[in-house]
Amino acid sequence: MTSPAPVPALEARGIVKAFPGVLANDEVDFDLRRGEIHALLGENGAGKSTLVNVLAGLHRPDAGEIRLDGQPIVFGSPKDAIAAGLGMVHQHFTLVPSQTVTDNVLLGLSEPRFWLRPGRSEAEIGRLAARFGLRVDPRAKIWQLSVGEQQRVEILKLLYRGARILIMDEPTAVLAPHEIDELFRTLRSMTSDGRSVVFISHKLGEVMAIADRITVMRRGRVTAAGIEPAETSTTDLARRMVGRDVLELVERTPQPPGDVILAVRDVTADNDRGLPALRGVSLDVRAGEIVGIAAVAGNGQSELAEVITALRPCGGSVRIRGEEVANRATGHAIKHGVAHVPEDRTGVGSSPNLSLADNLIMKRYREPPIARGWFIDDTAARGLAQGLKDAHAIAAPSIDTEARLLSGGNLQRLIFAREIDSGPRLIVAVQPTRGLDVGAIESVHRILLERRAAGAAIVLISEELDEILSLSDRVDIMFEGRIAGSFPAETADIHEIGLLMTGGRPGGDDAVPTSATQAR
Amino acid sequence: MHLRLEPRIDAPRWFTAVVTLGALAFALVLSGLIIWLVGGDPVKSFGHIVVAAFGSVGVISDTLVKATPLILTGLACSLAFRMRLWNIGAEGQFLLGAWGASAVVLAPILPAGTPAIVVIPAMMLAGAAAGGLWGFIPGVLRARLGVNEIITTLMLNYVALFWLEFWVFGPWSKGGFPETEPFPPEAWLPRLTDFAASFPLLGGLTVHLGLIFGIVVATIMWIALERTRWGYEIRLIGDSPRAARYAGIDINRKIIVVFVISGALAGLGGMSEVAGVVHGLQDRISPGYGFTAIIIAYLARFGPFRVILASILFGALILAGREIQPSGVPAMIQGIVLFALVGSDVLIRYRIRFDRRLATA
Amino acid sequence: MDPTTILAAGVASGTILLFAAIGEIFAERSGVLNLGVEGMMLIGAVAAFSIALTTGNPWLGVAAAMLAGGLLSLVHGVMTIHLRADQVVSGLALTFLGTGLARVLGEGLSSARDVAQLPHLTIPLVSGVPILGPIFFTDQSVLVYLGYALVPLAWLWIGRTRPGLHLRAVGEAPAAADAQGIGVYRTRYVYVFVGGLLAGLAGATITLAIYPGWFGDQTVNGRGWIAVGLVIFAQWSPLRAAFGAVLFGAIFRFVIDIQGVDVILGFENPFRAGHSATFFLDMLPYLMVILVVVIGSREAVRKRVGAPAALGRPYVRGERGA
Repeated sequence: MTSPAPVPALEARGIVKAFPGVLANDEVDFDLRRGEIHALLGENGAGKSTLVNVLAGLHRPDAGEIRLDGQPIVFGSPKDAIAAGLGMVHQHFTLVPSQTVTDNVLLGLSEPRFWLRPGRSEAEIGRLAARFGLRVDPRAKIWQLSVGEQQRVEILKLLYRGARILIMDEPTAVLAPHEIDELFRTLRSMTSDGRSVVFISHKLGEVMAIADRITVMRRGRVTAAGIEPAETSTTDLARRMVGRDVLELVERTPQPPGDVILAVRDVTADNDRGLPALRGVSLDVRAGEIVGIAAVAGNGQSELAEVITALRPCGGSVRIRGEEVANRATGHAIKHGVAHVPEDRTGVGSSPNLSLADNLIMKRYREPPIARGWFIDDTAARGLAQGLKDAHAIAAPSIDTEARLLSGGNLQRLIFAREIDSGPRLIVAVQPTRGLDVGAIESVHRILLERRAAGAAIVLISEELDEILSLSDRVDIMFEGRIAGSFPAETADIHEIGLLMTGGRPGGDDAVPTSATQAR
Repeated sequence: MHLRLEPRIDAPRWFTAVVTLGALAFALVLSGLIIWLVGGDPVKSFGHIVVAAFGSVGVISDTLVKATPLILTGLACSLAFRMRLWNIGAEGQFLLGAWGASAVVLAPILPAGTPAIVVIPAMMLAGAAAGGLWGFIPGVLRARLGVNEIITTLMLNYVALFWLEFWVFGPWSKGGFPETEPFPPEAWLPRLTDFAASFPLLGGLTVHLGLIFGIVVATIMWIALERTRWGYEIRLIGDSPRAARYAGIDINRKIIVVFVISGALAGLGGMSEVAGVVHGLQDRISPGYGFTAIIIAYLARFGPFRVILASILFGALILAGREIQPSGVPAMIQGIVLFALVGSDVLIRYRIRFDRRLATA
Repeated sequence: MDPTTILAAGVASGTILLFAAIGEIFAERSGVLNLGVEGMMLIGAVAAFSIALTTGNPWLGVAAAMLAGGLLSLVHGVMTIHLRADQVVSGLALTFLGTGLARVLGEGLSSARDVAQLPHLTIPLVSGVPILGPIFFTDQSVLVYLGYALVPLAWLWIGRTRPGLHLRAVGEAPAAADAQGIGVYRTRYVYVFVGGLLAGLAGATITLAIYPGWFGDQTVNGRGWIAVGLVIFAQWSPLRAAFGAVLFGAIFRFVIDIQGVDVILGFENPFRAGHSATFFLDMLPYLMVILVVVIGSREAVRKRVGAPAALGRPYVRGERGA
């Protein structure tokens, strides 16, 4: 801890920012001391992203003032902010995938002024990276890098521009535990140099571990301003985040699993770039069981979901209730009672400009009662849609409303409503609670557990380890396209899982990892 | 001062129609302005259009005759555009259809003296098949190889034109002129004026059966798109191909099928023109119907019945436009109309806000 | 009908396609698809011709053509960049508009072929080089030499300069460019405008250099569309575009020249002028474009290279889903 400098490095007073339909920041005050790591905590939609976007010059506040080292300052654009020494690493990286690390770092700068000199720039950037312990190859193309490496490039960009204040938006969302440790070491080395860091998170444990001070936001307002971890606890923080005690009451009662519903054997598949994404994956999922797949983004789990739901060709075998479904048309998966809650709700899981009704019949329009020969029975379709809308409390003016007007949570309700309506035997849910508020998250968890009790086999793919640990009967870890380890819920250890997620072997075990089912 | 676009959420149902008509009006005003700037008389020009197209029963009939090929090609484009398949080749498919239908009579595929009840359906079939083939090519290239259909359909327009010209200047040419022998009466689509003997009022009205084709096709298309599973799938693919895949729809097959049908409809249009109006084949058989159809489809926002209305409007423009000076005016109006429609799209989807602050790029 | 003459004429004719294609490459590299090339070329062609006719100065004609093309392209620019209109439809509208306007403006223009033309040059020394000399450096219009210079300049600009780096970033990942303070809208406007300038220049090249005269719609005859196809074949690279332009120029030339020949290899030439079989020759360039686009598409899939990633999509700040 450094003793507070008299003038804060950054100070914001009375920030107000509204978007159509929502007041994202409602008279927010925030201050950042020199040399500190300040965490900004809040659940999705609390307004923390908006606040930092304002600080970083991306948005102009509707009201309020910002001071840098005591001087009032106005940022017309992110460029102004960077020129003033304030830079931001976004949650979704702003990198150009087809260009090199060097090109990306040089982007937007005024030197070299006209002619690019790749060799010289690469050497320079390599030196800077080494100085801060950021391991990355200046000549690599971004699409070739892992997510952790890409994050290092983002940080490098800011350091190259002489940023004194770094803002990081959910930096650990895409990292495994030991990569997170490496990141925190980097942050500490930067703050010991006099720089300051603001870091947004919704993970209480992390925030308590790393931050010097914490500010909590809820619904656009600050509920705790710059308190020190010693003064608070995770429970207290949670309450300030959501306004009530949040201890997720997840009732997962152990139940004996039934027959094998999904049998995946030696599946191989390529990703969209033609590189191997799955290198021989095998696993079983039984009725009434939730198998959680823990993996860092980009290790094949998305492709696995697509292979199971017949959206991607593969080698090997995928059997649902004994019948081979690999490489068949997607319609087959639907016929076998497979429900797929995809990662991309707006691009894949729904059709934005079609009505709620049209979206809700997407799985059932081929059979009676919705289908009547070649035709769609309008009355039956609307009846089904209205019923689902009411039963799942999808908030929208009517079933004729276009899907794109729904909020994230309601869209997910729609997707779940549609998918589980036919009582599926197998559910594949990919990142089902990403970006949802606490209420929506709770209802998703409730639905999954209900379905489990009803005998469905569920594959849960999620980056939230907490979610996986609380819901799953078994946890399989994927790394680089293979199952790296498998644990029944009772013996799952978060650190071991984290290690496996990034390729380490716990205890130097040399046995070939297989899914726990195969050991039965 | 800066422009900002906010998605428009709560537009009343009539909003789209009003904005579209407004765009149309704006386009006409702008065109009038340009006519005036180039030394013409806009009031006279527009007035002339109205009189020449709607001034009497006779000319209304002529307008409908001009509208008929537009309806069919307009429907062809509408169907494809619904699925975001940019069929710019309606012109070429029209020409191929005209050729195919003519081949029945001129090749000849059916012997002379075959009764109309056989010849006409055969011509319809041949026209649709030829047009369908011309749609199949870009369709399969797009579905199987991901080749941009805008370029392929466009290039095929030129190829179709030269194909037609070969036959019209060559093997089927009558006396070295770029036109063929006139068709025998069995190959003529019935016209209102054919019944003048029993109904003298119908004398001189050249509206022909092709118009009925257009209306029937429009009705079938509407039913198909709004009420059938097939139509639902098309609408889904057009809105979100990834969601459609996820729903288990075979997109590639649909692409080919829709392209073939689109081509066939345009081909039918070609058939109706040679059998209903020209009664022979000429090289200048289309003054750009296939291109006007694109604008019609857009103006009609891809709705089959609205296509009919829009086609009548543009039929009027083509009919009367021939006599307008300067002669490029109808084409220019089309361009301005399309731009106005594209611009009006923005108004429909977004609210425009002017900001005094510099918030955005 | 000797190969040298055909290739020399091909290079000349190809210059038209080259200007249009490189202009379109610039626009598309910034992420904006502009299908209005045909319309812009026609406007350029008629502007060049009429200004040159009235003033007697072909250079003024060239300037007018470029300006006309540029202005027209800005309409498309505003529609697609600020108003987020669909780029495909807007481009088509531009084609219609340009075509119609050109017809209107070209009304009454005689197809006088004795309009003042741009000078032809033969470069000393280099024109003596065997094979290449007679093709590239002998008696070519100044615009052709301009074309030669444009290719490496464009290539260097895009690949080796800072502005080029920014251009590529805007077309590949506009959000990344925006985050670095690069004006995405501004960049796109600039390069759409450049595309318009070059398309106008292409039009001027037709009426003032290669095929002097104004022939209504026939003047451009689909070359704008061929240029668009060429960009796909060229995989957005100016060097490959140059190759493709020469190829197509030669094909166009070949199609015309072979109609003048009476005998081929001892057989009567079925394609000689006046015979209906010549129409099959006319098809050739357009069929070639299809072939070339198919090749380009397959290569893109194979090499996993392809169009600038953001091509065809309007840029909206904040749409990443923060």
